[in-house]
Amino acid sequence: MTTIEKPPPAAVSPPPSPSGEPKKAHASDRLRHERRLGLRLSAPAFLVMILVTAYPLGYALVLSLFKYRLTDPAGREFVGIANYATVLTDPIWWSAVATTAIITVASVAIELVLGFCFAWVMYRIVRGRSFVRTAILVPYGIITVVSAFVWRYAFQLDSGFVNQWLGLGTFNWFGDRWSSLFVITLSEIWKTTPFISLLLLAGLVQVPGELLEAAKVDGATAWQRLWKVVVPNMKAAIMVAVLFRTLDAWRIFDNPFIMTAGANDTETLSFLAYRQNVTLVNLGAGSAVSVLLFLTVVVIAFIFIKVFKTDLSQVRGDR
Amino acid sequence: MGVDGRKTSNWWTVWGLLILVWAGFPLVWMASLAFKSPETFRDGVPTFLPTEWTWQNFRTVFSDELFTSALRNSAGIAVIATVLSVIVAMFAAYAIARLAFPGKKLLLSMALAIAMFPQAALVGPLFNMWRGLGIYDTWIGLIIPYLTFALPLSIWTMSAFFRQIPWEMEQAAQVDGATAWQAFRKVIVPLAAPGVFTTAILTFFFCWNEFLLAASLTSTDRARTVPAALSFFTGASQFQSPVTAVMAASVVVTIPVVVLVLLFQRRIVAGLTSGAVKG
Repeated sequence: MTTIEKPPPAAVSPPPSPSGEPKKAHASDRLRHERRLGLRLSAPAFLVMILVTAYPLGYALVLSLFKYRLTDPAGREFVGIANYATVLTDPIWWSAVATTAIITVASVAIELVLGFCFAWVMYRIVRGRSFVRTAILVPYGIITVVSAFVWRYAFQLDSGFVNQWLGLGTFNWFGDRWSSLFVITLSEIWKTTPFISLLLLAGLVQVPGELLEAAKVDGATAWQRLWKVVVPNMKAAIMVAVLFRTLDAWRIFDNPFIMTAGANDTETLSFLAYRQNVTLVNLGAGSAVSVLLFLTVVVIAFIFIKVFKTDLSQVRGDR
Repeated sequence: MGVDGRKTSNWWTVWGLLILVWAGFPLVWMASLAFKSPETFRDGVPTFLPTEWTWQNFRTVFSDELFTSALRNSAGIAVIATVLSVIVAMFAAYAIARLAFPGKKLLLSMALAIAMFPQAALVGPLFNMWRGLGIYDTWIGLIIPYLTFALPLSIWTMSAFFRQIPWEMEQAAQVDGATAWQAFRKVIVPLAAPGVFTTAILTFFFCWNEFLLAASLTSTDRARTVPAALSFFTGASQFQSPVTAVMAASVVVTIPVVVLVLLFQRRIVAGLTSGAVKG
């Protein structure tokens, strides 16, 4: 049974060229060759990423300046920022912002606490360790749409057991905004807590054991050890986990789509973008929603990186 | 460890059991619904477990072309996208782990940006572009975005694995008389294979799970994957509740996930934790 290995000290990236290279001219030749090889090897990845994300995003930016419906291609005309004005003055947009924000904040906050508990149990457990790790990966791997159906049917009146078990009679969970959001968030939490708990576990194993021992010897209570030793030492891992989960939750689409289809003000931003672009084929206003959604993500990432100083160098792998 | 230690260790096992229940309970519920008769829901007081167990729902979904074609599409698209993504990412990850070249930082930053990218912002333009290119509602139309959005995770995970490979061994083998190809094949490939394989599993999960693009870029059973097909499934007939059939289909598509998790638990955990935080 392996635990997660600690990272190699100061990660030894191999020297660019093997030592024992006698002539300087030769070495720079090698360096040039290495640069060319590096560029060639990463070119496909560069190309794919630009073609499939940057280019369509630019295209969305252009489309967003036009009045353009697929159902009326001839009526396409340049309208400047009118689409943005339309979207930003529409209560539907703001309701989607609020819904997305509520789900994001609630699920990330709960997942952080729950995920930390899970990580702690996975860290400390001796007997049944691999069972727990296996079990936790099932929600991680399961299809989100399936999770959404499972939870929806558990709460739905004609099929669910929840009302029977809780003695709620004929209470309709999907009949009002807040109870719907509760069930949506529950499914989201069930499905994604494993991911956050594994990221936290990776941070947890990096907390030096000697520090904990020393604190214990000095008479620190378990609570003090948690807040004064463990948490500060895994701050980077916590921030990275929260950033990734926040942006992931911000994209939420599957759960509201399956559970409520957006009824009772449960439409999220991704859902709104989907509905405008795909269902209504209103590509002008839809693209404005797309661009605005992208901007909200940029703002969130910016806040995390600049304001909370989340250190992403570890994630990016360039240290 | 004394009696005290053993007692604490038992407590951790109890907490572990609770996690087991937490993860497994919804699966039991899913299976329970899948074995219920579709007529169960008429009487109004649903129970947790079926009163009568039946295979009927599985027969229903497997005789439904909508589901079987979706299963084919899902498997084909996920496997092809995984293979392509892993190949493209392998080159990039090797370059990142082993070579000094300009643009390395840019590549890593781009991967980061794409990991954070809201896919929903692309459904409009991709929908329009794919129709223009004639790849709307085709396998390739889904494979292209899938392999792209799987790239960041693949690149991180594999470059983390590649950094841990003792590359000097390749030269050592050559000193011992192996050819460059032999050294690569006999020494490096076996060392790199686990990392590549783990990355492939994580990528497969991503493609198998994807719903937004599948719902946006397909319209018929030509390319519609299981998540999209499930979301549009209305039941064998309009008089029958679709609940049990949807759950039977869900059980079927959850089986590969459970099998992969059972077989490769250790690798998946190592892959997820190394790619994300170790760098």
